[in-house]
Amino acid sequence: MRAQFVLSEIGVGLRRNLTMTFAVIVSVALSLALFGGSLLLREQVSSMKGYWYDKANVSIFLCNKSEAQSGGSCAKGAVTEEQKKQIKADLDNMNIVKKVDYESAEDAYKHYQEEFRKAPIAGAVTPDQMQESFRIKLKDPTKYDVITSAFAQRPGVQQVQDQKQVLEPLFNLLNGMNYGALGVMALMLVVALTLIVNTVRVSAFSRRRETGIMRLVGASSFYIQIPFIMEAAVAGLLGGMLACVMLICGQHFLVNNWLAHHIDVIQFIGWGSVLSKLPMVLAVGLLMPALAAFAALWKYLKV
Amino acid sequence: MIRFDNVSKSYPKQNRPALRDVSLEIEKGEFVFLVGSSGSGKSTFLRLLLREERASHGQVHVLGKDLSRLSNWKVPQMRRQLGTVFQDFRLLPNKTVGENVAFALEVIGKPRGEIRKAVPQVLELVGLGGKEDRMPGELSGGEQQRVAIARAFVNRPMLLIADEPTGNLDPQTSVGIMKLLDRINRTGTTVIMATHDQQIVDQMRKRVIELEQGRLVRDQSRGVYGYQH
Repeated sequence: MRAQFVLSEIGVGLRRNLTMTFAVIVSVALSLALFGGSLLLREQVSSMKGYWYDKANVSIFLCNKSEAQSGGSCAKGAVTEEQKKQIKADLDNMNIVKKVDYESAEDAYKHYQEEFRKAPIAGAVTPDQMQESFRIKLKDPTKYDVITSAFAQRPGVQQVQDQKQVLEPLFNLLNGMNYGALGVMALMLVVALTLIVNTVRVSAFSRRRETGIMRLVGASSFYIQIPFIMEAAVAGLLGGMLACVMLICGQHFLVNNWLAHHIDVIQFIGWGSVLSKLPMVLAVGLLMPALAAFAALWKYLKV
Repeated sequence: MIRFDNVSKSYPKQNRPALRDVSLEIEKGEFVFLVGSSGSGKSTFLRLLLREERASHGQVHVLGKDLSRLSNWKVPQMRRQLGTVFQDFRLLPNKTVGENVAFALEVIGKPRGEIRKAVPQVLELVGLGGKEDRMPGELSGGEQQRVAIARAFVNRPMLLIADEPTGNLDPQTSVGIMKLLDRINRTGTTVIMATHDQQIVDQMRKRVIELEQGRLVRDQSRGVYGYQH
């Protein structure tokens, strides 16, 4: 195999179809950027899920003085020490409960101040506005309704909140976005593959004189096909690099410089996650067009 | 060298087979003319030799190999022992004469040193010494065919297949090409040439194989083009 010969063939091929090559590069870049983006979004969702689900499964919020004034389930007044003890004892006796943590109003205030320290609302909140609560971990998180039916109507309990119920819509939205991105990616991928197949066909047709002679003098089909396959692979690799640049720009401008400043409560994925996806994006960018080219040539350049 | 055993070839969507029950043998070092009117099966005969087609029935042996049993990936190896020349030369117009000949060696992975030695040698042999850097478009038809022959012969094949090599050339130029093919034949290379050129066949007095509607109708040593022509 003479590398110089193959390389010059690839160069000639890419230049000959400059517009087609450009189209291949752009469509591969877009589909791979969406591919990488959806991988990152998935990671973001799972890291958020882990973070939030780990914190608490079910919370029992207890009545404080200000809740008592607003009526509703707390109309009978703030929770008493008696009631709290009873709730704690009942929780400890339930075998579906793994762990119970008590959070006092002061603790809640502290956490609140930490979480929202940059937001202007933090200054306006006072400790006695905060609620005491029990944070309960369940052995089986789906059985939260047992807790709800046992404690929701008790005196001194303001609300039983399943944190999953609160977070689920958000995660559903993010998952929906992820599926949307995957769908668009699939369409772009079809476009990219069709373009590659077409480009390779045109390329093979415009060089049929050369390939015809190569066949006659006994060049192996590998030798005949490799310039076309490499051509597609080089275009795909360029597209993959472009996709990497898009992902890096997305992380830098969208996540680090914008989202992270505007949304405090979410821990966003960092550079490590982004960089770890790049080799995969490049590999797919290289292999996918090469395989498409190989498939396109399968019928076209028989011995 | 070459043996056809009851070879038939039919193409899909065609009622009449292109070759019907052809059996013959060609020895090493022979010079054979393949004659017959258009559609008589000459091209199919040559395509079977090159393993561009497989026989529908019967067996084709070339260089000791049964082509019907030769797997696809071994075909290139087999073709390296054959040289082919066509009526339309089939040169690459954007490469020089030297590059055209070298191309045949490059694509089968010959080392560069060997190519650099072999190309001027074979160009000398076909009578184009010193024209290495000319473009095919600057050459006459006869010279272009010489380049094509040089390309076919540069790898020193055992068998040279020529499909109407003089079809596009005037009689005088054709004589030159025939002398060249004769010289190549004398080096021990078997030559099979399909032709319509009566004058050449009658002059050379070599073995003549005639096909008519896919059948072998004449196989004559030191033959002429045909009785009725």
